[in-house]
Amino acid sequence: MKYLERRMVHGALLLIGVSVLCFLFTDLAPGNFFDEMKLNPQISSDTVAALRSQYGLDRPLPVRYGRWVQSVMKGEWGYSFAYNSPVRGLIMLRARNTLLLTGLATLMAWLIAVPLGVWTASRKGSWPDRVCMSGTSFFLAVPEMVVVFGLLYFVIRSHALPAGGMISRGFEQFGFAEKVTDLAKHLIVPVLTLVLASLPILVRHVRASMIEVLSAPFIAAARGHGISRGRILFRYALPVGANPLISLFGLSLAGLLSGSLLVEVITGWPGLGPLLLEASISRDLYVVIGLVMSSTVFMIMGNLLADALLVAVDPRVRTE
Amino acid sequence: MRTEQAVKRAAKPALVRVSGLSKQYVQRGAFSRRKFVIDAVREVDLEIQPRCLTALVGESSSGKSTLARCLALLERPDKGEIWFEGEEVSRQRGRELASLRPKIQMIFQDSAGALNPRFSAAEIIAEPLEIQRLASGHQLHKRACELMEEVGLSPEWANHRPLEFSGGQRQRLAIARAIALQPAFLILDESLSKLDLITQAQILQLLSDLQTTHALTYLLICHDLTLVKRVADFVLVMHHGKIVERGTRQDVLSSPQHVHTRHLLSSVRDLESAFRDVQSGAGS
Repeated sequence: MKYLERRMVHGALLLIGVSVLCFLFTDLAPGNFFDEMKLNPQISSDTVAALRSQYGLDRPLPVRYGRWVQSVMKGEWGYSFAYNSPVRGLIMLRARNTLLLTGLATLMAWLIAVPLGVWTASRKGSWPDRVCMSGTSFFLAVPEMVVVFGLLYFVIRSHALPAGGMISRGFEQFGFAEKVTDLAKHLIVPVLTLVLASLPILVRHVRASMIEVLSAPFIAAARGHGISRGRILFRYALPVGANPLISLFGLSLAGLLSGSLLVEVITGWPGLGPLLLEASISRDLYVVIGLVMSSTVFMIMGNLLADALLVAVDPRVRTE
Repeated sequence: MRTEQAVKRAAKPALVRVSGLSKQYVQRGAFSRRKFVIDAVREVDLEIQPRCLTALVGESSSGKSTLARCLALLERPDKGEIWFEGEEVSRQRGRELASLRPKIQMIFQDSAGALNPRFSAAEIIAEPLEIQRLASGHQLHKRACELMEEVGLSPEWANHRPLEFSGGQRQRLAIARAIALQPAFLILDESLSKLDLITQAQILQLLSDLQTTHALTYLLICHDLTLVKRVADFVLVMHHGKIVERGTRQDVLSSPQHVHTRHLLSSVRDLESAFRDVQSGAGS
């Protein structure tokens, strides 16, 4: 337990460090949200200065950081200049959509990767293994963007699926089953892209981990005891080879908020990706900081969960 | 004396008989079609007498472990036959093979790697018992504890994991797991080589006791001829995948016929004289 408490303290310190760096880097970046207003002849420089003062942008960096920390404590996470509302509400709304997409993609990728990795490892060198490895090499080499454009091209040409967005027009009037079907159709392209992007890495990790364990003498001993192939793979080899996979699973969880930004922007999915792009272009400072901090929280939580899982499932880690 | 008894027993039909056994490994380059063929075992014929300890000796990479894995039915030979208790077993599959497996057990050199690190000592012993339906429910734990006691381990350690045991204790645990299935033939693949001399002697004594109580036949794979001199009834010498000499311990070790056996024995003598020189130097 002390180990996990120590890791949580490390996580909190990391959050503070990231927040300080965020403020430093955004301060170093040229310009701010109100600079574009200066180009508008209908807005006087006094008005712009008043707005800068209203949002505290004319104050020194430590003061701004202190006010932001106060805002975080109040649960607002800063204030969006563009949306004129607290950042938390904005991020929460978009994060729900992003998590639906990435959660589903991560779940599907793992559900495919574990059995596929175990199966190919148990048939190392056979032609199905070679076909699978060639496939994973191909998808590792192809950028995510090419995959999503390829899928969108197919969808647009075939009219089989909606080409973008999250819901169809008139969604509110649909019945429950229709709503689910409509959402599922919109999910296919972005989810498939994310699955194809993460699957090769996962399959290769599961395979490599299993190959190492399957060559251990205790596996030969288990075969010698007449234990069936399936039981050896899933009761003997997989739990022993699971440690690197648990760490990888932690990384998957860590990337839930930030792993789909590009795909969301391309497919018009109303998640955090488009929000981050808009906020970065318009220099909506606190939205960008809020998104970076949310991703950091997920990163820390993912790694912490992976460590907790390792401690829970592997007696050797507990002993150490 | 032990060899004389063994020779008498050898008059009985062999427990294991191997004829013309060959095993090749083919390696392919990652980006080429070139094949590298390794002849691990070549046209081996041998017999292993019941309730005897047969030592299989030879230098590293001579094919001893491959032959052992073929005999343990963990590898399928490319050619040849393996007869066990009068039945040809090398091509068996499925249920036939599953029913045969408990009778032939193997103890590995790497005791840490040979035991599932996620299982407790009791689970390690109980798993094969459960699979082969030799015990169930509460009986599993009870039987596992009995077997631990039989090999000289305290049942209080039943819930400990393998990495909490010493090397010698892990080897005892591996022996307990092997005898749980009441095998007839136990293959010891360099099982004593990583142990210190005192632990080696203790394990050898345990194996000798178990041979008496369980009527076991041993195949000891080893390159320590000093050890072989003490414990073996019969000796097989392997070189480049072939058995180059065979016979009783006395015949092979006292009057070796093959040049490789003589070479192995002379290297032991060289080592012994080197030790004597070191000891006499330290004493003076």
